[in-house]
Amino acid sequence: MSNLSAFDIIGPVMIGPSSSHTAGACRIGNLAKEIVDNKLKDVKIYFHGSFKETYRGHGTDKAIIGGLLGLKTDDGRIKNSFKLAEEEGFSFDFFPVDLDDVHPNTMKLEIIDQDDVKTTIVASSIGGGNIIVTELNGTRVKLKGEYYTLITFHNDQPGLIAKISEILQIYNLNIAEMEVLRKEKGRQATAIINLDQKVEKNILQLLRDIPGIQSLKLVKPLV
Amino acid sequence: MEDFHKVEEFIKIAEKNNISLAQVVVNREMDLTEKTEEEVREKMRYSLQVMRESIEKGLNEDVRSMSGLTGGDAKKIEKARKEGKSITGDLFSRILANTLAVSELNAAMGKIVACPTAGSCGILPGSLITVADENEFTDEEIIDALFVASGIGIVIAKQASVSGAEGGCQAECGSASSMTAAAITYLMGGSNDEIASAAAIALKNLLGLVCDPVAGLVEVPCIKRNAAGSSNAITAAEMALAGVKSVIPADEVIIAMKKVGNALPDSLKETSLAGLAATPTACRIKEELLQNSL
Repeated sequence: MSNLSAFDIIGPVMIGPSSSHTAGACRIGNLAKEIVDNKLKDVKIYFHGSFKETYRGHGTDKAIIGGLLGLKTDDGRIKNSFKLAEEEGFSFDFFPVDLDDVHPNTMKLEIIDQDDVKTTIVASSIGGGNIIVTELNGTRVKLKGEYYTLITFHNDQPGLIAKISEILQIYNLNIAEMEVLRKEKGRQATAIINLDQKVEKNILQLLRDIPGIQSLKLVKPLV
Repeated sequence: MEDFHKVEEFIKIAEKNNISLAQVVVNREMDLTEKTEEEVREKMRYSLQVMRESIEKGLNEDVRSMSGLTGGDAKKIEKARKEGKSITGDLFSRILANTLAVSELNAAMGKIVACPTAGSCGILPGSLITVADENEFTDEEIIDALFVASGIGIVIAKQASVSGAEGGCQAECGSASSMTAAAITYLMGGSNDEIASAAAIALKNLLGLVCDPVAGLVEVPCIKRNAAGSSNAITAAEMALAGVKSVIPADEVIIAMKKVGNALPDSLKETSLAGLAATPTACRIKEELLQNSL
């Protein structure tokens, strides 16, 4: 912890009452909004563990909706996020759930965007406002909103990752962390690639054009 | 970067370079974030501004927590103070009111500065700003004191913890009280050794304090423990400034706090399974809140 900042101690500036249950929930919403990257139509939120038991007293419900609206953790409008969501025209509902073997502060989001595309996200608030998305559309991931992250869904075939890194190299984009996951050999795989630099649209198109890439998404870091 | 991991090292860097403890933290932050001194100070200026606003709002607005359990106590203290009903006098009464104001605002989804956590956010602004305003210090002097507070907090976070789930309330309100005692001692012109003593005494006095929030919420007993953290910080600073030394050095107190935290059972570390959270009244409150829940 040698890189602990003075503002990790005096800070963050946030809407209370809890860094994990309020600020963390807001950031989960922020990251989910980044992942969906489209206007929202309907969101179902499933609270697990401590979220389920204390969400109302901690304003976790208001914070997650505020986060989905793009409000930051220090935005006073979080308190009125339900009304804002109504004005934005998206509906939401909360449900209790018991998820297996997850962090006590975990929630599952089922998001339908205006094009009726469904995104399912499982995310945990792991302390001090820090969060992690552990599941995206049924695939195990690790997204913390710290980097520009490329998420690919691709055919599990030799050389594909090499092609991705070749393009990244040409444009001088440095891979900070990378993980490749698959459900079964030779079937669909996912790569999570954390980059130190921003990725421009033309580069994203080049990556999408690689044979074997089914889809590719860029998630921007949380501020 | 001239980094420090102990209070002793923190002071040594200041004395070696003949600079203040505040400047040690500012310099460290500049190196860490590659920002200018003005940028670093500006960020703390913003924190101070939010702290002041949180006191104002907590005292003047209708503050009620989401659960309905807490709110309005700062106003009661303020009213009693204005009516001259304080046992200890005007300043201490204002410290209590301002501390409660910030903590109550936090529970009511207001905007606060976590210092070091949201649960303990009333202690540093409630005590430091009130003492500073009473003695007519400038904002820049208060900002320096806030850097000293964060320096102590950095050491505690590195050597022990500032999380209730890891170390109990001693790690949250204990750390906040220790940081505050150091900041006030610095502000009032205490020597570096006096500042270290103030930090040590404040933390010692809250050693072993458990984290047992009723219904898992940052309200009962958290808000009143902030008031206790403030009064403890003032006690420690007053002693240190009078020359009272901590027999156990600050760095050893911090390690002791970590060990006490490790020895505490999980039931007393934010899980709400024991302590006040397990009392009949707390269980009844929890039931009532759950009935209005999902």
